[in-house]
Amino acid sequence: MANTNVDYDRNDLPVLLPIYYKKLFPYGPFYRWLNYGGVPKTYFCHREFSFTLKDDVYIRYQSFPDQHDMEKEIQKACPYKIDIGAVFSHKPKDHKMVKGTSFQALEKELVFDIDMTDYDDVRKCCSGADICGNCWPLMTIAIKILDKTLEEDFGFDHRLFVYSGRRGIHCWIADETARKLSQNARTAIAEYLSLVKGGENQIKKITLHDPLHPSIVRALSVVHAHFEDLALDKQDILGCKESWDKVLALVPDEALREQLGKDMTKGENSKQRWALLKGRVKKEVEKGGSRKSQLCIQEIMFQYCYPRLDVNVSKGVNHLLKSPFCIHPKTGRVCVPIDAEHAEKFDPTKVPSISQLCHELDNAMDTPETDEPAAKRRRDYKKTSLHTSVKIFDNFLDKLEKSWKGKLIQQSDMKKEF
Amino acid sequence: MQFVKSSNVRRKRKSARLTGERRLGQYVHNLQFYSVPPSDNISLTEFEDFAIDRLKVLKHVESLGIKFVKGNEKYQESMDRELRKMMPIAIRKTSDEISDTDYDERRKDHISHFILRLAYCRSEELRRWFIAQELDLFRYRFQQESRDSIKQFLEENNLHYEPIPDKEKLKIIKELANSGYNTSVTTVENTDYFKVPFVEALDLVKSRKVYLERGYAYVPRSDLVSIVLSAFRAHLSHSLAITARAVPYLEEDSRLLPMLTALSKQYLGQDYTCKKANGKVTIDQIEPLSKKSFPLCMRQLQESLKQEHHLRHWGRMQYGLFLKGIGVMLEDALRFWRAEFSKKIDPDKFDKSYSYNIRHNYGKEGKRADYTPYSCMKIIMTNPPANGDFHGCPFRHSDAGLLRQRLASYGVSKDGVNEVMGLVSNSHYQLACAKYFDLTHNVEASTIGINHPNQYFDESQKILNPSAESKASMSSSQSSQMSWSHKSTPFSRRSTQASQLTPRNIKEEEVEFDDLQMSYEELDDMMSAVEKDEKATKA
Ligand SMILES: [Zn+2]
Repeated sequence: MANTNVDYDRNDLPVLLPIYYKKLFPYGPFYRWLNYGGVPKTYFCHREFSFTLKDDVYIRYQSFPDQHDMEKEIQKACPYKIDIGAVFSHKPKDHKMVKGTSFQALEKELVFDIDMTDYDDVRKCCSGADICGNCWPLMTIAIKILDKTLEEDFGFDHRLFVYSGRRGIHCWIADETARKLSQNARTAIAEYLSLVKGGENQIKKITLHDPLHPSIVRALSVVHAHFEDLALDKQDILGCKESWDKVLALVPDEALREQLGKDMTKGENSKQRWALLKGRVKKEVEKGGSRKSQLCIQEIMFQYCYPRLDVNVSKGVNHLLKSPFCIHPKTGRVCVPIDAEHAEKFDPTKVPSISQLCHELDNAMDTPETDEPAAKRRRDYKKTSLHTSVKIFDNFLDKLEKSWKGKLIQQSDMKKEF
Repeated sequence: MQFVKSSNVRRKRKSARLTGERRLGQYVHNLQFYSVPPSDNISLTEFEDFAIDRLKVLKHVESLGIKFVKGNEKYQESMDRELRKMMPIAIRKTSDEISDTDYDERRKDHISHFILRLAYCRSEELRRWFIAQELDLFRYRFQQESRDSIKQFLEENNLHYEPIPDKEKLKIIKELANSGYNTSVTTVENTDYFKVPFVEALDLVKSRKVYLERGYAYVPRSDLVSIVLSAFRAHLSHSLAITARAVPYLEEDSRLLPMLTALSKQYLGQDYTCKKANGKVTIDQIEPLSKKSFPLCMRQLQESLKQEHHLRHWGRMQYGLFLKGIGVMLEDALRFWRAEFSKKIDPDKFDKSYSYNIRHNYGKEGKRADYTPYSCMKIIMTNPPANGDFHGCPFRHSDAGLLRQRLASYGVSKDGVNEVMGLVSNSHYQLACAKYFDLTHNVEASTIGINHPNQYFDESQKILNPSAESKASMSSSQSSQMSWSHKSTPFSRRSTQASQLTPRNIKEEEVEFDDLQMSYEELDDMMSAVEKDEKATKA
């Protein structure tokens, strides 16, 4: 792709951000999203935004009456990061003037945050904030499982996945019912989606029960499709004794575990060893020997591949999350929407950086299309590789727009009836 | 409710007959949703007696829930036995005829529930406790009722659930069978399923015990109680919030407020909110104390902090508030955390990102609420540890293997370890903790029930350091006398309790409650900011 040789340098940010916010940030679609067709009218202006400025200065409770004002304020502040918060009972800007407890967060999209650092115990290519082609498929799996579960089990139709700019993904559920969910309901959904449980004192983080719940079966089929490539090839989880010991630690039955330890030495690579492992467990279970280990194959697969949500982010109505189309200050990459249907095609290393976009914009300016109407000037992003990302966002918005159009018609019909 | 002078009715106290007036159409069912407040006159004495009786019931409900796995045979047995004595109406099935006894007991059920609402609406933690116990009580009672009686109850309360037609059921029969434990296709065929929006069955959703399709949950009749409970919970928590706002106005009735306050104090004994950090423990004492007197959860956090030079948000909350509770002063706490964190990050960074958090715990930032150290219930039930976390209850949140190792390395004998692990495997986390206490303090089967890490610490100090404790804790002697154990009767001291609460104290408590309301919001905000920061730091 257009991954030109424009290197990003953090020190350029003060110069690049004003250009980005002036010419490239897709204010139109962004406003179209958060305004939700003006149903209700105060929805946009009661929404909290927070800015993180240069040197980590964090300002909360920003709010804007309309798109124009938002553009103006963002361009003035040039935030290093923009977070989106809840829709409040009052304009967040006025929160200090509101008495006592009446200033309250009412609604927000249901959000999910998945971060590669939470997978550090199951990936050996990188750790911490680093990602590479060998571990990114974990995110692909996460997107697919989340996307299907949220649609098929919960009936949410408006799901937006966004690259967090560095080492993870966010998901925004924009259905009206999702925005109105209570904290309890958000917690329950996050728990329903969480399979990997336990902190640093828990080695075996997955415990499954027979029979497998339909949603687990579905998740398993997603994992199945990726397991060989991701876990056995890329992560090589049975590549050496040290790694297979980690896998075998997940087998509850002690005798079986010992036997498997011997089996492992007979294989030559991860794929063979996995086949040996599966074969042995199957045989043992069929013998009726180790009931405890009945589902341990699936448990291992999930421990290595199942999405690891940061549930705290999902629980609160009042939890802020980084906005799509922000720039990640460390990588310079844009937080672009991801097409969940083709999640495996998404490559974080190909996401355009702010330097690259500004460079592309420069080039486009050098070859001006002469009779371009002035009004169109705002859509400069169309001349850059940001274009494809905005298109994904537009698709999400088109579908979303239908939902509130339906709502408006319903409302006007009701009025007519009376 | 109105109150008549107590002397008028005092003589009636012992009799079961509470009023002669029976109102038609009231108390038609054994079960109640407590939607309408009582409008009877009631004496102050009756008021107090009712409240205390119900409180006893709820405390028993709580302790049985800790001792046994809810719903198992032993739990059911013990519930039956206790309720038979304390609240006969709870085990009597609804019959067509309403006897006078039924009527009076139902009335008592109704009124006592509402009195406790007044007493337990006053803080998030009290509300959480009250709702949890009322729900368990309701669940048990609901399950005792026959199908017809349940039907009648649901109709009375305008809850209408229609089973889905067989045709619809057959289409998803396999999914339904695989969504429950021990559910065969035949069981599904013979069971009614109700289709409800998933938000009405959150408990089932949360534990993935129900089939979901496009936003609807398919709930079998055997789990109907779960939907009803969810409606009850929503109703109760809403009502408590409203009551909370109204309670300050009760102040006009000076007789009532002290009593309510005293009642709410009964639930877990000591309220560590009131125990101010008093510098009793200095920072160089923390490490040695952690080995002798800290419960396992706190020792674990201390060790992880030493090892990682960092703790994540909930770890800092759980440990920081505990330290405050044992008497570490704010300035000391700041020094303590800074010293550890600075081994990994820049001290400036610490001051910028974490000191707010600690000052916040001490009520010096934000809404200036003084946070309460976490109780066992809170630690076990809320915010379970995730990757990178060391908080939680080690008995609840550890691998059996790791826990064994840890216990052994702390000098617990092999038999001791086995005893503890036996309790753990039956989900008796608090009993396991108490056993660990006994084993490490060389006391034999003490009757101390552990329900708060700070209580664990106090009990330990009492044994290891008896003279110092008695001197130092003069201020909190009232609290240590309060009952921690489920076996003793905390109610005997209620008169002195009430009188100790001067009006000034009560005022303070109210202010605190208002603050607490807001500070939960604050906490949320703070969390998002801090966690983000944390991720950035990790990076
Ligand atoms: Zn990698």
